[in-house]
Amino acid sequence: MLKMAYSVRANIPLRCKWAGTTRCFLTSERLPTALQRTNFQRSSCSDCIGLRLVSNKGRKITDMSVLQEISSNVRNMKQLENSVLARRTTQIKEELRQGVRKSYKEVIDVSWGDPHKAGVKPLSFVRQVLAACLYPQLMDGDKLMVDVRQRAQRLLRACTGGSVGSYSATAGIPEIVQRVSEFIMRRDGGVPSHPENIYICPGSQWALTNILTVLVNPEASPRIGVLTPVPCHSTTVLSLTALGAVVVPYYLREESGWALEVEELQRALDSAKGVCNPLALYVINPGNPAGYVQSRKSVQEVIRFAAEKRLFLLADEVYQECVYREKTEFVSYKRALAEMGLPLSDRVELASFHTASKSLMGECGLRGGYVELVNLDPAVMKHVNSLFSTNACAPVLGQIALDVMMNPPQPGDPSYHLYMKETQHIRTSVAENVKRVDEVINSLPGFSCQLVEGGAFAFPRLFLPPKATKRAEEAGMQPDTFYCLRLLEEAGVLLSPGTDYGQKEGTYHIR
Amino acid sequence: MSATRVQLLSPRTLPLLSSGRVALFLQGGGGPHRGGVGPRFRSLTSPPLSCSSSSPGRALSSLSTTRRGLPKEKMSENGMMSRAKVLTIDTMNPTVKKVEYAVRGPIVQRAVELERELSEGMKKPFAEVIKANIGDAHAMGQQPITFFRQVLALCSYPELLSDSTFPEDAKSRACRILNSCGGNSMGAYSASQGIESVRQDVARYIERRDGGVPCDPDNIYLTTGASDGIVTMLKLLVCGEGAMRAGVMISIPQYPLYSAALAELSAVQINYYLNEEKCWSLDISELQRALDEARLYCNPRALCIINPGNPTGQVQSRECIEDVIRFAAKERLFLMADEVYQDNVYAEGCQFHSFKKVLFEMGPEYSETVELASFHSTSKCYMGECGFRGGYMEIINMDDDVKAQLTKLLSVRLCPPVPGQALMDLVVNPPQPGEPSYEHFIKERTTTLSALAEKAKLTEQVLNTVEGIRCNPVQGAMYSFPCITIPERAIQEAKELGQQPDMFYCMKMLEETGICLVPGSGFGQKEGTYHFRMTILPPTDKLKILLNNVKAFHQSFTQQYS
Repeated sequence: MLKMAYSVRANIPLRCKWAGTTRCFLTSERLPTALQRTNFQRSSCSDCIGLRLVSNKGRKITDMSVLQEISSNVRNMKQLENSVLARRTTQIKEELRQGVRKSYKEVIDVSWGDPHKAGVKPLSFVRQVLAACLYPQLMDGDKLMVDVRQRAQRLLRACTGGSVGSYSATAGIPEIVQRVSEFIMRRDGGVPSHPENIYICPGSQWALTNILTVLVNPEASPRIGVLTPVPCHSTTVLSLTALGAVVVPYYLREESGWALEVEELQRALDSAKGVCNPLALYVINPGNPAGYVQSRKSVQEVIRFAAEKRLFLLADEVYQECVYREKTEFVSYKRALAEMGLPLSDRVELASFHTASKSLMGECGLRGGYVELVNLDPAVMKHVNSLFSTNACAPVLGQIALDVMMNPPQPGDPSYHLYMKETQHIRTSVAENVKRVDEVINSLPGFSCQLVEGGAFAFPRLFLPPKATKRAEEAGMQPDTFYCLRLLEEAGVLLSPGTDYGQKEGTYHIR
Repeated sequence: MSATRVQLLSPRTLPLLSSGRVALFLQGGGGPHRGGVGPRFRSLTSPPLSCSSSSPGRALSSLSTTRRGLPKEKMSENGMMSRAKVLTIDTMNPTVKKVEYAVRGPIVQRAVELERELSEGMKKPFAEVIKANIGDAHAMGQQPITFFRQVLALCSYPELLSDSTFPEDAKSRACRILNSCGGNSMGAYSASQGIESVRQDVARYIERRDGGVPCDPDNIYLTTGASDGIVTMLKLLVCGEGAMRAGVMISIPQYPLYSAALAELSAVQINYYLNEEKCWSLDISELQRALDEARLYCNPRALCIINPGNPTGQVQSRECIEDVIRFAAKERLFLMADEVYQDNVYAEGCQFHSFKKVLFEMGPEYSETVELASFHSTSKCYMGECGFRGGYMEIINMDDDVKAQLTKLLSVRLCPPVPGQALMDLVVNPPQPGEPSYEHFIKERTTTLSALAEKAKLTEQVLNTVEGIRCNPVQGAMYSFPCITIPERAIQEAKELGQQPDMFYCMKMLEETGICLVPGSGFGQKEGTYHFRMTILPPTDKLKILLNNVKAFHQSFTQQYS
């Protein structure tokens, strides 16, 4: 609306070339306060009977941003509390560099699911293949193991023009897509997976955003709702808001190890009545930030619920390889769905997401992820394809990381031994960390932490004394943000506050 | 292994498949694609009947269920089976339906099919498919810049730093990049705005390029290819309802990314036509006409310029850029300058001027007020590294509050691919005189750029010898966009097929010669005129053959239909 303000006087519709509108009915009272303080001058526009704004110094006020008004969906995106902490972290790091004395020497950042940043070494095989693909001269001679060279050669043959610098097909390099589908079939005990239902993307979140774009009609009335877990990692919630969807929260039950209960789904669905039209159900399994792993039974219940309530299932399964307890098993939604048989198996629409960013690979920076679409209407698939094609393609190195992830070195391959050693090391240290988290956090007064069954995070509950809550309030902060900020200041440890993920009112958590 | 299993099992599913599933489509109108009336049979239950079928949307097989003897799900009492999908052509986001991307459209899909048919030994009137549809230099055999790839290989596998065959400057560059990565690994997330040191290097590059005009690294945002930046900016500025819906001015012909993004965002596309007679130049009067007309039904907010032009290959003069800036200032439009071809300028007397530079040389009246976003990428110029999805945008004079909103929007992407950021860093900070890799780098760059210049000229020359093809000089970028005369009878036939005449023409050319071009209708063109876009990227000898084939095809096509 602001742009009209430049040319208008009380309630006179204008046709002004200078301000460019024919529909102005703005009075000076309705001008933003910043402009009310300025002087008015006759417009220089010849067919304009309006007013031109000049600043007190006589300079034209065009430094008001053209973009004052922006997409309301973007504006509605929540500002994460984490950004406050991140800013402070940068400052503290700078202070440390300048020699300011603190009780710690460096900031330990455990707020992100970023293995390499946390010191996990990249897998040699992966990086050797990447290096060979990037600079094929490395394959002359025997600097690299023969299986590395073979893999790189095969991948380069699959790249157009034999270069990782060319575009790939929209859905990814066909050979790699094929390999992804074979991986899924192996994982799911032979349930078929069709390459043409798979799209490789710059990360799983990108894929999710694309699928949500197809699902969410921003103009729909009532608006489109998506059932979303609480707690839930923040990116998806931000995406949903940016796309104009309504986030319909369902709460995971913390007391039962963050269990996903169908009664709660029902309650959430009922709560959406009259508010929005719930079209999809988003599940994260294994969980993030809560480290639960759904049982087969639980997955089946959710599928049945989605079928009955006619919800499109969005299964975020990026932590599928991160399962730590002996008796816990990851069961993919795809597999559970197939095993449930007809009529569900050919009816429930499902999008399942996976990535090279987590687990043993931890290659977040390469941005390689994929979505598998199940039971989609072919007419819709056509448009899905068009939408993905506007992204050109996923970064080729990310695609290569996926290829290696789907097909690691096998027994007998020259790189196998080193690969096993490295992955075993990662597994052992993660398992130890998980155990330590359980023991240590639960031994602390004021903490209670559900068993971490999978994923990359612990999401312990924090019992804060009323005094702390009060201090936080005085500081205008969420109590858990306040806690995290203090922890950062005093111990140099960066966590992220539960507020960013959603939590039951009156409870506080940290990730 | 799994594939065999599926085959073994598939006979079991056949009965399930043939039983089909009747969808009554109680809701929704049921468009023509549903065959109009009554039930539709779905075959999603099973693996494909024919293995070569490539129809999308196929789904789960229930075979594992029967095999495992798991209890079958009982049909719910209210007859769930008779219902349609949740996500149908009627319930999906309608704006996505309008998304079209000609550069990867039906003609390219057909080209891929033809390639497969050829590899399966099918007889065709040509030996190979030549994809001149997309600006993908490496796909056409252009070699990567050695230095760039050396540094990236070192960054990927730092153990190579002890390898004496790598030059020292590549090693020091790699160390510098790795030091600014989390955990010294390209596998860590970066900040969503991009790695700070890369942004600083980009800022310094822009300052050098623009003769010292200052550039603040905080205004630099690294992106997943330039297209990510363009789409993000459009997402930010599209708002409003009805007659106040945001309108965005784009050139016709345009690069289809713009029309696709605007369709997805349901923004109003405002077309301004480039003047083909004057070498695709941009007339301010045409901008004014388009804007004035658009103001009657939408709220024009942004003006997009592609310079050097895609698909039209013109390079804007300095005066023209000044005029555009003045126009944007007067009309209060946000300027979006797509400058990804900034190093691809071939014609004598033509020079690339960045919008940023011109803006700042026009004095504070403009440089302090006009809002501008300028885009660049690693995919074009002399490096042509499309597969890395590297790029940046520089944002000038944007309101701080809006910047905060932009940061939020970018955070959903987590971060741009780190190897692409590293590559961007190398592009803006290549080997310097005195460094060991300098000479070889300059040689590679010059070879590539002069070959492109030669091919630009060759393309223009050969195409202009064909009667019925008229081609403007390719001053810059990577494409020629000639005007073609299509005989009336061919137009008639295309119409009967429900095809655009130039699509009909390009399809025919693909089937007969194996040459894949993009019809002008995918970019937009003046009504009644027809064009195609062809890249100038194939190696010179191949390009000559290609051009001769285009020539021969055009002649026989014209003969056949006149």
